[in-house]
Amino acid sequence: MRRRSTFLVTMLCFGFAFFYVPILSMMVYSFNGSRLATVWGGFSTKWYVSLLSNRQILNAALLSLKIALLSATMATILGTMAGIALARFKRFRGRTLFSGLVTAPLVMPEVITGIASLMLFILMAEWIGWPASRGFTTVTLAHITFSMVFVTTIVHSRLSEADAALEEAAMDLGSRPWQVMKDITLPIISPAIVSGWLLAFTISLDDVVITNFTTGPGTTTLPILIWSKVKLGVTPDINALATITVCIVGTGVAIAGVILNRAEKRRDRDARMAYQANQ
Amino acid sequence: MAGAHTDTPLQRWFNRKGWINVTIAAPYVWLVLFFLLPFVIVIAMSFATRTPTAPPFSFGGEHPVLNTAHYARLFQDDLYIRAYLTSIANAGLATLLCLLIGYPMALGLTRVSPAWRNILLMLVILPFWTSFLLRVYAWIGLMGTNSWFNKLLTASWNWLVPTDWALRSIPMMNTNFAVVLVMVYSYLPFMILPLYANLEKLDRTLDEASMDLGSRPFRVFLDITLPLSVPGIIAGGLLVFIPASGELIIPSLVGNAGQPMIGRVISDEFASARDWPMASAVSVALLMLLVVPIMLYTHFEGKSHEKRKEGA
Repeated sequence: MRRRSTFLVTMLCFGFAFFYVPILSMMVYSFNGSRLATVWGGFSTKWYVSLLSNRQILNAALLSLKIALLSATMATILGTMAGIALARFKRFRGRTLFSGLVTAPLVMPEVITGIASLMLFILMAEWIGWPASRGFTTVTLAHITFSMVFVTTIVHSRLSEADAALEEAAMDLGSRPWQVMKDITLPIISPAIVSGWLLAFTISLDDVVITNFTTGPGTTTLPILIWSKVKLGVTPDINALATITVCIVGTGVAIAGVILNRAEKRRDRDARMAYQANQ
Repeated sequence: MAGAHTDTPLQRWFNRKGWINVTIAAPYVWLVLFFLLPFVIVIAMSFATRTPTAPPFSFGGEHPVLNTAHYARLFQDDLYIRAYLTSIANAGLATLLCLLIGYPMALGLTRVSPAWRNILLMLVILPFWTSFLLRVYAWIGLMGTNSWFNKLLTASWNWLVPTDWALRSIPMMNTNFAVVLVMVYSYLPFMILPLYANLEKLDRTLDEASMDLGSRPFRVFLDITLPLSVPGIIAGGLLVFIPASGELIIPSLVGNAGQPMIGRVISDEFASARDWPMASAVSVALLMLLVVPIMLYTHFEGKSHEKRKEGA
């Protein structure tokens, strides 16, 4: 066994301090009694009170949640279809263009996607009269488009790792396509579908740039609201909002970690027992 | 065969393989309509002429059908060239710093015990799940001239340097330094995760062998670990460089408005100047900057897919 390098340990400590000092500082200052965000004025929870009684922020959060739920679900359906198509259908017309279309949005700068979508929506309104105004619909459409390709990437790589022979064997043994889909393909990719949905949900919930271009008057998502507040300077209730977000996400990630850890242990144990039973 | 009579119409349709066409067509049509078409509009728009109508452009008529004036302006007005160079410099520097900080962290992660490793990996991913804007906002709080962080830095600086170099505070906000710092902070997980995935798969027996043969740890790193981790470095580097060069939010919140990055220029041309053709031309120029990195990225992605398939 090799001695652990002090340099690497130092870098790890430095790196995690770099990650978490700004977040911790923000959390501490959320309890600051002073209006000046950078001067400590004693412990207070007044920013939480003002945050939770701010209808504008609550409405924006609710709108963001609605858009994220809707767009993540649609993106998961379309993205999973594209992932299955790429992994399992080797030959169809326009496959090259299709695989280009599912990679390009991943690397396209958000500003360009944003103005391109906005121009499309404006020109569509001009040509066919729909969408008549920009807002909930256009934001959701744009979110579906750029988050579905993340789902596709996850599903595609999961399905490429899985052996297609399983599905072929089932077909040879007389299963029908829908049975193969229901009993083999979907169970194989279900973890990928879940993580794809979660990723699409977070991306939608967090997006500023594309939303900024495709939204219209009256449709203010939470990131857009924060963005306009932060542009004007530091406001202490954003600290409180950040603290709440970090706590929710942290709890969620910790719970997911424990569940995954348990599932892994169970799988290990089952594999060991199966192995011993065969001995 | 059981169930032949009980099949619902949906199942019968599925069994006739009609679903294959839908599985391909639905996402295909969606992406053509909402991604390819807008993209074609941007390219076409970059050759249009700006007019004071709504929407503010026109093709043909009294204007040339292919108006290349916007591309000419890209080279004549040094605003665009400077924005281009600022973007490359900021994104390149951020990528380099991410590599210098992220590489030892990723290597360190492969050397800690599995229990610790899971916790630490989760801590790397956690900031990514929290809001991007709030992470930028955290730094705005830290960099301000009255913050504890700035005071701490100023105090250390004043202690370090001769007294006539002393400063009252360190000007960090609204500089390119702030842009690079916050970009490193925001994109560091994108560097660490692919590097970690790559380093974790390396065969440790190789460096143990060369250690046994008398190599010193640093030589082992240079001769074995570093060359084998080049794919990870490239993947991580591109994942940082590509979004960083088109970044809009970070420069507009903490950057210097006098030295805009290219994303800011596109957004300003489009929203403030209402010059759609110019904004489109600058967008095409940004894509040209990214063409090589993007092709590299898709090339390596395709390769890793193939490799995974061979492994299966």
